[in-house]
Amino acid sequence: MTDKIIHILLLIVMPPLLLGVINKTKAWFAGRNGPPVLQSYYDIIKLLRKGMVISTTTTWIFIAGPVVTLAAVLLAGMLIPIGSFNSPIAFAGDLILFAYLFGLARFFTTAAAMDTGSPFEGMGSAREVTFACLSEPAMFFAFLVLAKLSGSLTLTHMLHGPAEGFSSAMAAPLILVSIGLFVVLLAETCRIPVDDPNTHLELTMIHEVMVLDHSGPLLGIILYSAAMKMFILGTVLLHIILPFQTRTMWINWPMFIIELLGLAIVIGIVESIMARLRMRHIPGLLIAALLFCGFGFILLVRYNQ
Amino acid sequence: MTQNNYSFAKLTNGRAVRLDTIPTIAFDGFRQAILDGVAYGQRVSAMFGDSTSQSDVTLLYVVMADDEQNQLYVGRTQIEGDQFPSLTPDCPQVHLFEREIAEQFGLKPIGHPWFKPVRYHHSKTSRDAWNRPSNQPILPGVGDFFQVGGDEVHEVAVGPVHAGIIEPGHFRFQCYGEQVFHLEIALGFQHRGVEQALIGGPNNRSIHYSETLAGDTTIAHATGYCQVLEALAHCQKTARAQMLRGVALELERLANHVGDLGAISGDVGFLPTASYCGRIRGDYLNMTALLCGSRFGRGMIRPGGVGFDIDDNRASELLRRLDKAEKDTTVAIKLLWDTPSVMARLENTGTLPKSIAIELGIVGPAARASDLPRDIRQDQPSGIFRFSHIPASTCDTGDAFGRAFVRWLEIQHSIQFIREQIGAIPAGSPLVKVGSLAAESFVATLNEGWRGEVCHIAITNQQGNFARYKIVDPSFHNWAALAYALRNQEISDFPLCNKSFNLSYCGHDL
Repeated sequence: MTDKIIHILLLIVMPPLLLGVINKTKAWFAGRNGPPVLQSYYDIIKLLRKGMVISTTTTWIFIAGPVVTLAAVLLAGMLIPIGSFNSPIAFAGDLILFAYLFGLARFFTTAAAMDTGSPFEGMGSAREVTFACLSEPAMFFAFLVLAKLSGSLTLTHMLHGPAEGFSSAMAAPLILVSIGLFVVLLAETCRIPVDDPNTHLELTMIHEVMVLDHSGPLLGIILYSAAMKMFILGTVLLHIILPFQTRTMWINWPMFIIELLGLAIVIGIVESIMARLRMRHIPGLLIAALLFCGFGFILLVRYNQ
Repeated sequence: MTQNNYSFAKLTNGRAVRLDTIPTIAFDGFRQAILDGVAYGQRVSAMFGDSTSQSDVTLLYVVMADDEQNQLYVGRTQIEGDQFPSLTPDCPQVHLFEREIAEQFGLKPIGHPWFKPVRYHHSKTSRDAWNRPSNQPILPGVGDFFQVGGDEVHEVAVGPVHAGIIEPGHFRFQCYGEQVFHLEIALGFQHRGVEQALIGGPNNRSIHYSETLAGDTTIAHATGYCQVLEALAHCQKTARAQMLRGVALELERLANHVGDLGAISGDVGFLPTASYCGRIRGDYLNMTALLCGSRFGRGMIRPGGVGFDIDDNRASELLRRLDKAEKDTTVAIKLLWDTPSVMARLENTGTLPKSIAIELGIVGPAARASDLPRDIRQDQPSGIFRFSHIPASTCDTGDAFGRAFVRWLEIQHSIQFIREQIGAIPAGSPLVKVGSLAAESFVATLNEGWRGEVCHIAITNQQGNFARYKIVDPSFHNWAALAYALRNQEISDFPLCNKSFNLSYCGHDL
């Protein structure tokens, strides 16, 4: 029970901290002090207290977008295990629900964007779904590898698979999958080299441009669910790249937090040392991620024969 | 190769002539001389109208620059009535000049392929080229735009209010998916009527108007204006003043080029150079402040010389700061060329072919990046640049990389130039008195601002006051290049292309 409470608390409280750590890392590379690590919390709280400006051309979908997104992402966060602990909700085949909760969130985000009738937002929606077509199969291939490895279709068992030990021949597929998943993580959370979260240039944006018309609490919800999405995908990735755990719960929780913050620092470093890809080349990167996960699966299947 | 423009008066940069030495020729000869000149490699620096005592007669002036021969050719013609045959179909680089003439004097260039207002204001005469009623306000940006039709074609409108802290301008993209078929740029939101305000001058306000024509080009515009006065008054500046003007001009170039490279880096999402250059730009601005107390060089350039002299302490301090800034700049900018992800983003983005750059009459770093070695400091030098040469830096790629790389080459040349000049400061007074201006005279001055050619032209009346003052900011030539560079590019590359040109809105709108 304590585990579940800690799980839910972490899921709700920690995500904005990741953004803070990323921004701090980037500031360090730029030779600046940067905003406080807790700045994202302040921003979200500030937004939640503000009023909203809602365009008269929009319908209820515009408001439903961020709300459904948050609900979907929160539920997805309940399906994954954190660190060495089991997820609060688990059933066979929950990986499908997990993947499509993200799909649902995306659908409502793009629908809310198109609802405004702005050409920018239409452009952003088109980009978002185009790139999702490539990142979604990559994620499925990654899950297939994990399912094959653990012999289970429940996320908790699948993700705990690597930690329970595997033969050395499994290392190669897992390395391939972790590379693929890292790219998916960057793409899904709109980080460089796919998207630039700091840009103010509408024409180059993917995710940010879809939420241009949202303001106040709705924008706060969007920022918050984006951070939570990063938390969830980061957690999934950590199960594969750092499958270590101790037998003591009071070490495992802090260890997980440190690992996740470390991942945020890595993302910050990637953002600091490379430029964005040209929009035309992003599908190439995502196809590479898809191939990494796909080859991981093929290797695994070949080995098992 | 220059057996042409015989019918035009021959001038040099910054030399005043009596107005009556400029021949007034028939329109056909005028037109042919311009076309011949352009065919021989000259370019149109300015083309403008001037009203006469008769309301239905307008004078058209043209200033052609022959860069190879270090010459300017000036001609004029009289237009009677409310129209003249457009030169644009045969000489595209005058397209915006003709629209400007039409807007200011109500003269229709017949046959102009895309005849629209430039700055959306009422004409100076009783005519209006678009027959708009004179009692109603003209709203900027309202009018015809290109349209494309068909399935999957969409239109994106950006501005005039932008997300960043920049000036207003309206951009309309005709797109097919992510691909841009055409970009149309509508400006004029910043129109202040500076040319009009200068008429009747010079007075106490004139120098301040010239310093604020484009805030980031203060030195170049103020130098152009002061050279106009000095030429008309036959005033001899001291070598010291000319040297200090040159140093200020190059410091302005350094600050803006470094800032631009940082901004280009920011647009491609490359953090290190963006952050460093933002700070280093401040270092160069502070060096300008060391000279004159203003980071943007206000008060530095004054008619007759410079407003602030330099002493040994400040000279050595300037050199010390320059050495430090040079080191920082080199490290920060070399990162760009050494990072593959940045180069992949810059190369082959927004390419402007040399032939198009010639046709559109592009100037400044944008032209030099398209392998067109146009540089006023080399081609039509004035002041210190007649004695100390800065070679024109070119690149043959014509893309965003070329425009960035040319800036880097120029940064290195400018630093070297400043070091040489400050190392050997000539003696003399920084400021000499400017006498009264010659009456009924004409003068054109060209300077290489950091964006390109800054052209100031003045015509004086019988009392020696400005009867007509014409300013051509490099942006006026170059906005068309940005529109061209975007063709068949991805719409997401627009901000990068825009930044690689970094044109001025208020310099265009005046």
